Parts: sequence; C-alpha cells; structure tokens
Amino acid sequence: MAEFIIETPKGKWEIICGLEIHCQIISKSKIYSGASTEFGADANEHVSFVDAGMPGMLPTLNKYCVHQAVKTGIGLKAKINKYSNFARKNYFYADLPQGYQITQYKYPIVGEGKVIIDLPDGSAREIGIERMHIEQDAGKSIHDIDPKKSFIDLNRAGVGLMEIVTKPDFRAPEEAGAFLKKLRSILRYLGTCDGNMDEGSMRCDVNVSVRPLGSNELRTRCEMKNVNSIKFVMQAIENEARRHVEVYESGGEIVQETRQFNPATGQTKAMRKKEFAHDYRYFPEPDLAPLVLTDEYINQVKSEIPELPDEKKERFVTKLGLTPYDAIVICENKENADFFEKAAAGHDAKKVANWFMGDFFAMLNEKKIELKDSPVSPENLGALVELVTQNVINGKTAKDVFEIMAETGDAPEKIVEEKGLRQVTDTGAIEAVIDQVLEANADNVAAYRGGKQTLFGWFVGQVMKASKGKANPAMVNELLKKKLG
Amino acid sequence: MSDLVKLTISEARKALKNKEISAVELTEAFLKQMESKRKLNAFVLETPEIALEQAKTSDKKYQNGTDGALEGIPLGIKDLFCTKGIRTTACSHILDGFVPPYESTVTQKLLDAGITVLGKLNMDEFAMGGSNETSYYGPVINPWKANNSDADFVAGGSSGGSAAAVAAHMCMAATGTDTGGSIRQPSAFCGVTGIKPTYGRCSRYGIIAFASSLDQAGPIAQNVEDCARLLTVMSGYDAKDSTSSQKDVPDFTQFLNQDIRGLKVGIPAEYRPDGLNAEIAACWDKGIEILKARGAEIIDISLPHTKYALAVYYILAPAEASSNLARYDGLRFGLRVPGEHLDNMYINTRSEGFGKEVKRRVMIGTYVLSAGYYDAYYLKAQKVRRLIRNDFLEAFKKCDVILTPTAPTDAFAIGDKSMAENPINMWLNDVFTVSVNLAGLPGMNIPAALSARGLPLGLQLIGRSFDEATIFKAASALEKDICFVRK
Repeated sequence: MAEFIIETPKGKWEIICGLEIHCQIISKSKIYSGASTEFGADANEHVSFVDAGMPGMLPTLNKYCVHQAVKTGIGLKAKINKYSNFARKNYFYADLPQGYQITQYKYPIVGEGKVIIDLPDGSAREIGIERMHIEQDAGKSIHDIDPKKSFIDLNRAGVGLMEIVTKPDFRAPEEAGAFLKKLRSILRYLGTCDGNMDEGSMRCDVNVSVRPLGSNELRTRCEMKNVNSIKFVMQAIENEARRHVEVYESGGEIVQETRQFNPATGQTKAMRKKEFAHDYRYFPEPDLAPLVLTDEYINQVKSEIPELPDEKKERFVTKLGLTPYDAIVICENKENADFFEKAAAGHDAKKVANWFMGDFFAMLNEKKIELKDSPVSPENLGALVELVTQNVINGKTAKDVFEIMAETGDAPEKIVEEKGLRQVTDTGAIEAVIDQVLEANADNVAAYRGGKQTLFGWFVGQVMKASKGKANPAMVNELLKKKLG
Repeated sequence: MSDLVKLTISEARKALKNKEISAVELTEAFLKQMESKRKLNAFVLETPEIALEQAKTSDKKYQNGTDGALEGIPLGIKDLFCTKGIRTTACSHILDGFVPPYESTVTQKLLDAGITVLGKLNMDEFAMGGSNETSYYGPVINPWKANNSDADFVAGGSSGGSAAAVAAHMCMAATGTDTGGSIRQPSAFCGVTGIKPTYGRCSRYGIIAFASSLDQAGPIAQNVEDCARLLTVMSGYDAKDSTSSQKDVPDFTQFLNQDIRGLKVGIPAEYRPDGLNAEIAACWDKGIEILKARGAEIIDISLPHTKYALAVYYILAPAEASSNLARYDGLRFGLRVPGEHLDNMYINTRSEGFGKEVKRRVMIGTYVLSAGYYDAYYLKAQKVRRLIRNDFLEAFKKCDVILTPTAPTDAFAIGDKSMAENPINMWLNDVFTVSVNLAGLPGMNIPAALSARGLPLGLQLIGRSFDEATIFKAASALEKDICFVRK
C-alpha cells in the first residue's frame, strides 16, 4: 500500500479520493445515431439530424456500443446488469443540441467491480468500481476564434462514452496514477477505448477529501472536472488535499464545490457557482426502451474477452519464469506482451525479457520508432537469444549482432555466418591464442606471477581481442587460469 | 361527377381507377374548395404546385396500372409532421421558416402509397391545447354553426385544422396526432371520424415531439372505412423509432361490415358522473342501444382510477414536453432573438418564440421534475399511470371494446371566457380521452349526433392494445345505424 500521509505540526491527515472516468467507446458510429465517430474531420462533418437535435428526430441505440460496454464491464470484473435503462439529464448549453444528455441514471448497465493496481514498491491493491454507465458526449464550444462569437462543432456530439465511477478507495495520489494506467491497459486490451487522455478520449473527474489519520469519518469533498493527464490527476489530488488540510487547520470549513485544476500552476480554483449549479431534472428517456440483456448474450461477450493484463502477468510469472516486475512492465501494453511472447517462444524467456526490456527498447527509443515498425522481428530476437544460450556466440558478440539486425533486419544466424562471428570453443585454438598473448607480454606475466593478480582481467581482454571476440569467455577464463598458474 | 370534394377515399379510388376522373381534376377541385373556405384558417400552408405535380404522377400511375393504395388521394398534413422541403412549424413562432430536410415516416408511407399533399394544417402550438386557439397562426373556425347563429365555434384541438378541413371538404382526409385526445376531440367537435391507434403502431420519427410516451399519429377522415384504409398505410414498425411495434399490421378494412353479435361492449360507470351533460348522456345511450340492437352484449365495467387521469396527464405530458422543447434554443433552426450572452439569447428566443400555453406547460414540467419534487409529482404520476392501465386490463377481461362519449360538451365559442380565464376548464375537455393515451390504447371518435343547438357530438370506442380490429368492427356497425348526416 502506498503510504501517503500529510503531516503538519498540528497533525497527520489521510486522503480519501475517488475518480469518475469518461471513456470514449471505440465504435464506428455514434451511440444514438448512425453518424461517424472518426477523429480529425472538419468541424460539423459528422453530424446527423439526431445529433443536431432537429425537430422530430429520435435516438436509436447502437448495439455495438452496448457490446463494448458489456465487454468493459466484464474486464472490470463487474456485475453486468441484465436490466438497465436510459435517462435524460437536462441542461441548456450551446454544444448540447437536444438540451439534454441521454445517459443512464438509476439503472446503469454495469454494477460493482474491481481493478487490481500495481504499485511501484511491488505491492498490489484492489480498487472498487461503484458502477459504469453509457451515455452520449456533448459537442465542443470554441471560444477563441472570434472575440465576440462562439463556434460549435458537433462532431463529438453523440459519441458514446462509458462513465466509470470508482469507490473512494484511493489513499495516495500514486494509487490514482497506478489505477489510471491499469484501467487504460485493460481498456486497450479489450479494444473498447483507446485511453488517450491527451486527445480527450479518456477524461477524469477527481473527488478529494481528507480526514485525520485513524478516523473513519467522511468529510466534505470537492470535485475537479476534466483533469487531462495522469500526472495532473496526481498533482490535483495532492494539492487539493493539502488545501483541505490548510483550511481545516486554520479553523475553516470546506464547502462542497466543483473546482478547476490549473495545469500551469498545479493549483485548484473554485468555479463560479453558476457554472455547476444545475438541477438536471433526470427522468427516464421515453424515446428508448429499457435495455434488457440475456444470460446467453452476456456469456457470448464473455467468450470474446481476451487474456487481460493481470492474467497474462500471472502466466508470464508462473509459466515463463519472469519476475513479477518484468511481467508487469511487459504486460502493461498488449502489443509489447504479444511481441515478447512471440520472441520468447521456445527460448529462455527470462533472457528474452532482459533483451526485450533492455537493448531492444533502447534501440526503439534511439530510432524513435514504434514497436510495430521494429526492424527486428520477434522471431529474430528470440533466435539471437538462442544463439547465446547455445554458446554459438557470446554475449558481447550478441550485442554487435543485434546492432546489425537493427540496421538490416537480417536474421542473427545469417549475420553470424556471414561475418564469421561463431564463437571459438575449441580448446586447442583458444590455447594457441593464449600462448601468443603470454609470449608477447612476458613482463606482465612476470608481474602477475609476482602477485599482481588484478592483471587477470587485462589478460582476458587481450585474449578476447586477439580472438576478435569470438572466444568463449568462460573457456578463456578457465584456460588462462591454468596457464598463468 | 358533380361534387368531387365530397367523395370518400373508397369512392374516389373507384372513380380514378375507372378513369371517370383524373387525379389532377380531383386535386384542382380541392384546391378550389380550400380557396373558398380559407376563412376557416384550417391550412397554415397551401402547397398547390406540389399537389398538382403529385397528381400528375398519380395519373400516370393509373394509366400504367402501378397505382398505390392511396394513389391520387388529396390529403392535408398536420403541421406537426416534418415534411421534406415543406415548411413545418408545429404552428409555433419559434419554428419560423423551418423547412425540414427529412420526411416523417408516416407521411413517407402515405407518399409511397400515392397521396397528394394539399398543404399543412393548423393546430395548437406544439399540439398543446384543446381548441386550436394556441396556434401562432390563430384559431381554426369550426365549419359547423349553431342553429340560427353566426357565432364562430372552435374546431377543437390540437388537430383542429385536420378535423375542420375534413369536415369542410378542404381535403379528403388528414393526418393528426393525439397525445391526450388531439385526434378524437376535434373529430367530435367537427363531426368527422378519427382514430388514435395503439402507442407504437405508427412511427413517431419525424413527428415533432410533445410528450414522447403519449404521442401517436392517426388519420382523420369522413368515415370509418377511410380511416381503416389510411391507418393500414400509416402503421408499421420503423427502425428509426425504438418505441414502434414490430407487430404485424392487418388490412383494417377487412374488419368492416361484420356481424357484431356477441361482441362485449363495456360501459364504464366512472364516465357517467353526476352532472354529465344530458345531451352527451343521451348520445351515449343512443350508441349503446344501436350496438345492443345489433346483438352486442352490454357489460357494466369500472375504471376506478379514472378520476386521477387528468392530474396524471397534466404532470407527465408537461414533464416530457419541458425536456422535448429544450432544443428550441435559437441556435440551429427557427427563430433566434439575439442576446448579449448565450443565456440572454435563450431567454429572448424562448420568451418571444413560445406562446402562453406552451410556456405554462414547460414551467409545470420543469417544476415537477425538479429536485425535491420529482418523487411527489413525476414518480407518483408514473405509478398512478400504471394503475390506470391496469384498470383497462381488468376491464378487458370482461369486454372486447369500451364505449364512452368523446368529449364532455359540444364545441364552444372561440374566445370562450371561462376557458381563457382558467386553463383547467380547457383541460377538462380531455377528461374522456387522456386515460386512453396514458394506457397506450387505441381509441376512435365516431360522429354520433347533433346537440340541441346543432353542433356535432361524438362517441369514443376504446380497444385492447393492438386490437384496432375490434374498434373498426364496432365502429363500422355503429356508423351504419347512427345515421349521422355529415356537413
């Protein structure tokens, strides 16, 4: 568990935090209309009459969005509600054409669930999911084109969202960070949301309160809306919590309010009451029938769920012998895990993991390329490790071979053959090289024998050099020791 | 043919098929009639060019034998239906100049069957009203006059334009919509026939929403048979309306002219309160006698929660309306009255764009959905709505169809003081009709008699869910013997 106590001369305080995350559903069309959800189109390109709130238009539920939501619910180990319904959340805003958002209120599609978070100290914790419902996104208001006018882009209006609400289980900013990473990982594994916070396809509202350490009370919370990076979420929690502590310790009271997080200063500031004081007048959406799911349907979706990061990590640890840390790092991203698994197939998985997380990723970073564009195929990475395991080349030669692989994309076997890099394991050949080196360095041999034992490494180096790196280092060690006496 | 405008759909179809008349001739006759009756204010937009163009196409189809079920039949369309390329305003100032780029499903089905569109019909603003007096375009004048009087009477509402236009032969039939009685009550006031089918029978796609869980489209026509023809075309599942039903749609004309012996007709005690207008009671008794004479069995039934229906309706309908009308904000279509900030623009646009009755209902709806009041009003009303529906389910265990009056009075004068001063008096007009919407059932008005002062009175037949068939069966029998003389 991540220890995070705010300590002041007056006392110790604990953070209570919960998150609400809006996740854009991956789907070709919007949740209540047939308009495209494609990102990056010109303003108001993807707007149907339904999205624009034209008179007489009616929503129809996109079944694929429901499928994606159920999939997500299963991924969150949550209860799938066989009965759910839709509700209207009424408020006036220029980018909300109907004057209401069609959401779910009393009866969400997904109930309680849980997510395991992995903390940097190697420990794990369970975070409770309160519920998840589906709803439509609003459009975008653009206020910075003209000093006097606002512009509206409805491309996003009606795009499907999943709103995931956690229990107030976070006790430290880094727990919230770890949760968002894990959630993003699960959603990407499922293919239900791309999780890109910087593009707004995952948006986070943060609820924070504090209490004296050891107490069980729940004090007034404040909400910060639309915090748009993991780093900012962690900052917002910490700074807002510190603000609460300051207020309490100076004898003040916290009022329940919505605050805005300013990424530039890291501080939060109260929004004008008008900006959030809505009475949403929720009521059941009369244009859509309740959503009723059968066991058969839910089981069908269950059968489509891929192996998720926790299960994959567990398998990599128990079946492939990886350390939990390596397994967590590799499994965070499905593409990485898939690449690794292909590379490790039939080879020493631990060694492949070291290569993968070490030289391989260093190479990608250096070349500034993505995994999918790697010149080194997973099969070739595995083959390289195998050559070392089989003593065909030594570790140092392997690094040289890898460099060539990264340039040419060639198979390691081919490189080893063409460049004659096969390591020498013939005792006679190595002995001949050693004899040569000792003969040419009689003075150092004398010094060594005279007690300067530290020269041993220098001799190894000379022999390796003379063999052009191809001598098996273990054999060089052994034979050198014998010859030097 | 001497009087083309008085033809029923059945007669017109026969004449058109036999090439006794052409669709263009028929349309021209109606355009002429529309002109001569323009003072009734039934149409808010006439579309003669479109109608003649469509009529020409219809004539070609008759020539080559590809005519549809309603080929060349001239219809008026209530202004609540979005019609592609034809101005649609729901008779509200706030939709000034709105020309939909899409067609409602119901009107599309009618167009596909070959109708010609004569124009858009007057109605209460956003279908909120019972006298057509809330229309931005002014009230519709009922074609009927009281004996020895020149006074103008209301056509009823909200489909007042539809009922009056059919009564005055300005169109052969019309579309209407009914949220609390808006097809049946004006039909009763104007002496025409109109049916609100079961909720879900007709698609609501493209019909400007008033109260989504109650709104239904239906036809208003000269007789039961024409209604059956129209409803058969207008009904059916639509993927664009999630609340539309996938149930098969029968050809409703097959239920006409049948033997009704043994048909069980329920008579609800609660619809005959002390002080029920004697003329209305007499008209009702006449209907009962006719059905009895034809061999129907008359059964006393009880609908005990009837007395709550109006209260429930005037909570739920405004609640939904307050949300449905939020989209009229001046941003994307219709009227915009600028303001310094967004909020001022909303306030200016909606203050000027909505009429008094619409504002009243938006305010009521907003209130009953507000935090702290939701449970006491909206939630409670939903529960009572269920009880009202259950009353009908119970009753239909004992009977096949229910007979009641359609409205508690005959038409009243335009500008009636008691109605203008107290909106509750206006709302009381819906007392016999709203329960049917709350229960989602089909209901039909059949013109039944004239009041002592010579204005039409109507009877209502209520059927089981998706059993319009039995309504048509009973209505057809009733119509034959009731001998209502149309205008």
